[in-house]
Amino acid sequence: MSTFADSTFTPPERIRNFCIIAHIDHGKSTLADRMLQLTGVVEERTMRDQYLDRMDIERERGITIKAQNVRLPWRLDGTDHVLHLIDTPGHVDFTYEVSRSLAACEGAILLVDAAQGIEAQTLANLYLAMENDLTIVPVLNKIDLPAADPDKYAAELAHIIGCEPEDVLRVSAKTGAGVRELLDEVVRQVPAPRGADDAPARAMIFDSVYDTYRGVITYVRVMDGRITPRERIRMMSTGATHELLEVGIISPDPKPCRGLGVGEVGYLITGVKDVRQSRVGDTVTSERKGATEPLGGYRDPKPMVYAGLYPLDGSDYPELREALDKLQLNDAALTYEPETSAALGFGFRCGFLGLLHLEITRDRLEREFGLDLISTAPNVVYRVVMEDDTEHVVTNPSDWPKGKIAEVHEPVVKTTIIAPSDFVGAIMELCQSRRGQLGGMDYLSEDRVELRYTLPLAEIVYDFFDTLKSRTRGYASLDYEEAGSQTADLVKVDILLQGEPVDAFSAIVHKDAAYGYGTKMASKLRELIPRQQFEVPIQAAVGSRIIARETIRALRKDVLAKCYGGDISRKRKLLEKQKEGKKRMKMVGRVEVPQEAFVAALATDESGEKKPRK
Amino acid sequence: MPSTLPPGDPAPPDGRLPSSALGGLGDRPFGIYVHVPFCAARCGYCDFNTYTPGELGSSASPESWLEGLRQELDLAVRVLGTPPPADTVFVGGGTPSLLGVNGLTAVLDTIRSTFGLASGAEVTTESNPESTSAEFFVGIRAAGYNRVSLGMQSAAPHVLRVLDRKHTPGRAVAAVREARAAGFGHVNLDLIYGTPGETENDLRASLDAVLSAGVDHVSAYALIVEEGTALARRVSRGELPAPDDDLLADRYELIDDTLGAAGLAWYEVSNWAASPAARCRHNLGYWLGGDWWGAGPGAHSHVGGVRWWNVKHPARYAALLADGVSPAAGRETLTDAERHEERVLLELRLVEGLPLSVLDDAGATEAELAARDGLLDPTAMAVGRCVLTRPGRLLADSLVRRLVP
Repeated sequence: MSTFADSTFTPPERIRNFCIIAHIDHGKSTLADRMLQLTGVVEERTMRDQYLDRMDIERERGITIKAQNVRLPWRLDGTDHVLHLIDTPGHVDFTYEVSRSLAACEGAILLVDAAQGIEAQTLANLYLAMENDLTIVPVLNKIDLPAADPDKYAAELAHIIGCEPEDVLRVSAKTGAGVRELLDEVVRQVPAPRGADDAPARAMIFDSVYDTYRGVITYVRVMDGRITPRERIRMMSTGATHELLEVGIISPDPKPCRGLGVGEVGYLITGVKDVRQSRVGDTVTSERKGATEPLGGYRDPKPMVYAGLYPLDGSDYPELREALDKLQLNDAALTYEPETSAALGFGFRCGFLGLLHLEITRDRLEREFGLDLISTAPNVVYRVVMEDDTEHVVTNPSDWPKGKIAEVHEPVVKTTIIAPSDFVGAIMELCQSRRGQLGGMDYLSEDRVELRYTLPLAEIVYDFFDTLKSRTRGYASLDYEEAGSQTADLVKVDILLQGEPVDAFSAIVHKDAAYGYGTKMASKLRELIPRQQFEVPIQAAVGSRIIARETIRALRKDVLAKCYGGDISRKRKLLEKQKEGKKRMKMVGRVEVPQEAFVAALATDESGEKKPRK
Repeated sequence: MPSTLPPGDPAPPDGRLPSSALGGLGDRPFGIYVHVPFCAARCGYCDFNTYTPGELGSSASPESWLEGLRQELDLAVRVLGTPPPADTVFVGGGTPSLLGVNGLTAVLDTIRSTFGLASGAEVTTESNPESTSAEFFVGIRAAGYNRVSLGMQSAAPHVLRVLDRKHTPGRAVAAVREARAAGFGHVNLDLIYGTPGETENDLRASLDAVLSAGVDHVSAYALIVEEGTALARRVSRGELPAPDDDLLADRYELIDDTLGAAGLAWYEVSNWAASPAARCRHNLGYWLGGDWWGAGPGAHSHVGGVRWWNVKHPARYAALLADGVSPAAGRETLTDAERHEERVLLELRLVEGLPLSVLDDAGATEAELAARDGLLDPTAMAVGRCVLTRPGRLLADSLVRRLVP
C-alpha cells in the first residue's frame, strides 16, 4: 500500500513533527503502536507490542533509552499530511538527548496516566518542551481503567500548562479510543515546520545508533535546505566530512529515499563505525557550499558519575575491554579508562551520565556479554583546590590529594519531586539528611505536591532514589538537572583491614556523614568477611584519624577430627578443594576476602543483594 | 547412606601394583586393616560403610564376608610377593564385636595364615559396648587381640539418644573393666563431643566416666554432620542445631585440660595416650605414611605411594572375590606434589610435628608467620620442627592450606 508519506520533499506546511512526553509506563509506547496501526504503516497481524522499543532492557524496564522515529501518513479534511513521531528517551540521565529530540519538534503530546497524574520527569520534560516553544497537546491515557479519575487529572494538567480542563483529550491507547481524534488534533494544533528551502543545508542530529551491518545510523531533522544521497556532508562540531551513502525514512522500517527537505525527519548512513563521530546535537551540512553557522544547542556529552567496573574473574578483563569498546560504538556518553585496584585487580574507571546510565551499562555488560562484574560505589566529579592553589579533579577516591586542602567543589543538581502530599514530611526529612536545600513547593492539585530541592549530586547517586521510593511507598517521582557546583566540607574515608587500606571501599563523604559511613561499612564488613586464623581489626579513618572500629574475632576451630578410616585421599581432595576456594579470595594484606564480600559491601541496598530489575 | 568413594583411576582386575610401590615394602611398618561392614542398627550421625541385616537381606552375610576376606588376603599375598608380617592389625567397622569371639578369632587366624604377625604386633578390634561381655573379652584376648577400642561416645543418656546409640551410659565403663580383667593392656574409649544438646556438664561427666574406667587411650571426635545422614536431615529441618565451631573449640580445650591433668597427653589432634607405648601404632601408620592393606568392603589401602579402595557393597565385594577378581573399585598413584601435601597434612597432626625442612620456601615463610600467630610452637620452630600449639591444633586444616600454598 503506497501512501502520501512514502516519498519525501513534502511541502513543509503538510508536515507535523511531534513527540510524546510521558512517564515510564504511562503508555507512550502503546500509544505509538496504536498510531502505527491507525495510520496503516503497520498491519494488525504484524503488530508487535511496543514496536518502537527495540532493546530488551528497555522492554524489561519499561523505559525508552534510545529514541526512534517514524514517518506516518494522516489525512485530515481531505488533505494528506506527513506526521513525524519522534520518540524521546524517558529518563533523567538523558535530559540532553531529550532536549535535542524536542528541538526536532514543533509540538508535543503530554501523555499522562488518568489514574496517576503527572510525574516529576514528565513535568521536567514538559518544562523543557515549553522552553523550546513547543505546542503542547495535553492527553490523559488509560481512561478505560476503573481507577481512572480523568476529571481530577484534567484539572491538574490544565493548572500546570494553563489551559481549560475541557481542552485535555482523553484516550485509551490500549483500546484505541480517542487516538484518531488525537492525530487530528496534532495536525490542527501543532505548527508546520518553517525553514529556508534555498539556504545551505542544516540538519540537526537528534539520535545516533550503531548498527552491526550498516555502521552508524544518524537520525536528523532538516532545518534548512536539502540533504541528498551521494553528496559529502560535514559534521560542524568537528569539521569531519563523510560520504553520504544513504538517506532514508523510517516507516516503520528503514527505507532509502531521494533526500530530505525542510522540516523532514530521516536517517543518514555514512559508513562511520562509531557514534562519537556523529554526535547528538551536532549540525550536519553539505561539504560544498555548506552552512557557516551551526544550529544552536550542541554540547559534548559530559559524564556526571564515575564508577569502577571490575570483572569478578580477573581473567575476564580482556572480555570486559572488548565489551566496553562495543558498547561505546552506540553510546557517545560512555567513557572508560583502565584502572587498577589493589583489592579488585584490573578494571575500568567508567563515566556515565547518571545512575541509570550506569545501571543500564552494567546490565548490558552482564547480560549481552555474559560478564560478572563488581562495580565500586559511584563517584561524582570533585574539584579540589589546595592551599598552594593547585587544583585536582577527582573522579575516584584513590585520587583524593594528600596535603592541605583549601576547598572542595562538588556538583549540585536541581531536583523536582512529585508525590502525594501525605509524604511531604518524609521527603523533606530525607532531603535534609542529604544536605538538600528547599527551593520551593507547589500543590499541583489538592493532594499532590511538587517539591524543588537543590541537592549535591553525590547524595543522589548513591541510594537516594531507592530510599525516596521506599519512604513514599513508591509514589514519589524524581527528576534532576545539573545546577553548577558548591563548596562543601568533604573528606575521604578510608576503610582499613588489619591496618591496610582497601581502596575499593574508600569514599568521599561530607564531614558529618563520615562517622556514619565508617561505622556502617565496618560493621557490614565484619559480617561479610569470614573469620581468619588471626584477629582482624577493621577501621574507618579520615586521614590518620580512626573514626570507627570493629573486630573480626579469630577463627578458633576448623580441623576435622577424624581421618575416615584411612581414607586419606578424601582428606587430601578436601584440602585441594579448599585451596581452589582460596584462589578465588582476594588477599588484602594477609586477610582473605571473598569476592562476594566486595560485591555485597558495595551494593547500595540493605539486603546486599543486587537490585531487583525494575 | 555410607559416604561415597573418591574418584580415581580404575584398578587392574588382578590388583597388581607397580614395582615402584613394592620397593621398600617391609622397611616401613606394615599394617592390616579389616573392615567389618555390619551393624545391628544404623546410627544417625554415621556415614561409614556399614549395613544392617535389613539392608543386606540375603545378599551378604558374615559368612560370605569372611569367605571374601580370606580370598582378599590370599590375593594380597600374591600382589605383594613376599608379604611382610603384620606389625599392626586393626579390625574396625561397622561393629566387629557383632562377629562374636568365633568370628574375630577366624579373622585373626586368616591373617596369621597369610601374612603372619610380627612379634609384638599390636592387634586391635573395635567393639560396641552393648555387644560385648566379660566372656567376649576373655575369648578375643585368648585369640590374640591385645587392644580394644570401645565406642562410648558419651555418658549422657540424652546425648546417646541423639546419636542413636543403644547402650546405656554405664555399659562402656563396665566393658572397659571387663576388658582389663581379661588381660587387655591397651584399652581405648571413643568420645564424640559437640552433639546437639550436649552441655558442658554432660561432657565433664563423660570425661569423669572415661577416667574412672581406667583406659590408657582416648579418642575424642567433634561431631561432624555428614551429608546424607539422618542427623544432617534433622539439622537441615531445624530439629537440631548445627554444632558451633566456637563451642566445639571450648569443648576441645576442656577435654585436653581434663585428660592432660589425668596424665593422658595428646599425641594426635584427636588422640590422647597415657604413655608413648599406649599410642595406637596402627593409626600412627596412617599419619606417618606407612603401608597397610585394607581388606573388606570399602576399605582403603596404601602401599608405597599407591592408594586404592574397595567396592563398598558386601555382596559385590564377595562376588568379585568369588570370581577371583580384585575388589578394588579405584586407585590413585600419588604424584610427588600429592605426597608432599599428604605428608604435611598428616604429620602436622602429630605431637612430634613436621620437619620445617619438608616445607618449600613459601610454606616455611607461612610457618614463621603461623608461629607469630600462636599456631605453631616457637620453641620447636627454633629447632626446625613445626609443632601445633593448642590453638594450632584446632586450626590445623586451614594452617595446612597455608603451609602447602
